[in-house]
Amino acid sequence: MQKRLIVNHQLLDIMVMRLCHQLIENHGDFSDSVILGLQPRGKYVAQRIQSTLSSILGKQVPIGLLDTTFHRDDFRRRDTPITANATKIDFLVEGKNVILVDDVLYTGRSVRAALDAMIAYGRPASVELLVLIDRLYTRHLPIQPTYVGRKVNSLLSQRVLVEWKGQQAEEDAIWLITKTDE
Amino acid sequence: MQELSVRHLLGIKDITPQDIQLIFETADNFKDVLNRPIKKVPSLRDITIANVFFENSTRTRLSFELAEKRLSADVINFSSSGSSVKKGETLLDTVNNILAMKVDMIVMRHSSPGAPHFLSKHIPANIVNAGDGTHEHPTQALLDSFSIRERLGEVAGKKVVIIGDILHSRVALSNIFALQMQGAEVMVCGPITLLPKYIQQLGVKVETNVRKALEWCDVANVLRIQLERQQMKYFPSLREYTLYYGIDKKLLDSLNKEIVLMHPGPINRGVELSSDAADSHHSIILNQVENGVAVRMAVLYLLAQKG
Repeated sequence: MQKRLIVNHQLLDIMVMRLCHQLIENHGDFSDSVILGLQPRGKYVAQRIQSTLSSILGKQVPIGLLDTTFHRDDFRRRDTPITANATKIDFLVEGKNVILVDDVLYTGRSVRAALDAMIAYGRPASVELLVLIDRLYTRHLPIQPTYVGRKVNSLLSQRVLVEWKGQQAEEDAIWLITKTDE
Repeated sequence: MQELSVRHLLGIKDITPQDIQLIFETADNFKDVLNRPIKKVPSLRDITIANVFFENSTRTRLSFELAEKRLSADVINFSSSGSSVKKGETLLDTVNNILAMKVDMIVMRHSSPGAPHFLSKHIPANIVNAGDGTHEHPTQALLDSFSIRERLGEVAGKKVVIIGDILHSRVALSNIFALQMQGAEVMVCGPITLLPKYIQQLGVKVETNVRKALEWCDVANVLRIQLERQQMKYFPSLREYTLYYGIDKKLLDSLNKEIVLMHPGPINRGVELSSDAADSHHSIILNQVENGVAVRMAVLYLLAQKG
């Protein structure tokens, strides 16, 4: 397995700050907007975005965690079983501008499932997608992000790992991992 | 990534504590689904489930049916009354005919202990035992433990007494296995004629005085007197049973402690439980019904992953 650092913690800080300013340009003071982090790994990105937005705006931006497990289209087709995570959304998304947040956009199937799962909480006014990493040329569905941290061209044998300080990592970092045959 | 250790849910005896933990964690998520404005997920949309009930049941069948529909499965219901079973068809033939209609899972209730075990050896579908004779009723035991966990935080270390007709109850046996597997202490209480002779060998305490049992326990799971399953009289009269084993609010108040009152339903009001006890703050009977759907959704969902 080869592991190559593609974003270090300083760059990641800058990336998150830039994404937050882009969000503020479109959502103002977030009075009609909410953030939904996709479980499991979009949760950490959403929480980081929320804390950065709070420090800039001086107010708490509503955040929810959305699990898409029961809405996935690959149930019973995967080699490994899917374990469900908790959904924690204590507001309705009816009429809100929703920002779905995930760490990596790959095939787009998780986002499709998220759109499906989100509808159980109401009909949003609009939905945008924010991802830290957009893996190019790998989409199975016509889904594109609205806000992107960085675009990465990768092989099918590679995967992108986003690590957060305090979550089994010493520093924030984004890695490109290549599986080898050894 | 976790999965169940079994392909069928035939009894609590066949599963592991890890399986129970996984079922509960999944049921937590389904309980959340059931409290949303849209109470349905598409997980089992390509699966057909047959509810095959060779014995009457309303609430278990309804609970399973609702769980299946909430998971978007296609559902067919079979009941033996008025069916070809009455014309002499064998169990295996009946089920094979249902399977020929491309059914993926079977939820089965049968009056003979071991009927779902027999079928599981002969057919390719996943089988969920919804009660076999006086043997096991695993989903009821799971939802009972889930309800205790929800009310008291955990099952481990809790003292649970099962009161009533232990001899004819499949709920009692599955509950004993499930509670012990999770680290609870279990007692059974009832007239000596309704307690199986060697029940102590399962590692449970035995008590014939209901007051002493209630003083000992954190949770009382009261069973229905199953008059329809009794071939002979096991106690002189219902009135006498109520006098000695019935639980009312006065008795609960006199204990001076908080206990959790459970009942798998349907209640014989005024026999094993008085109305003021069944409707008191001790009771979690309606929570059990609500949790039943979430737990059954979890079981069906996890078994479907096993193919």
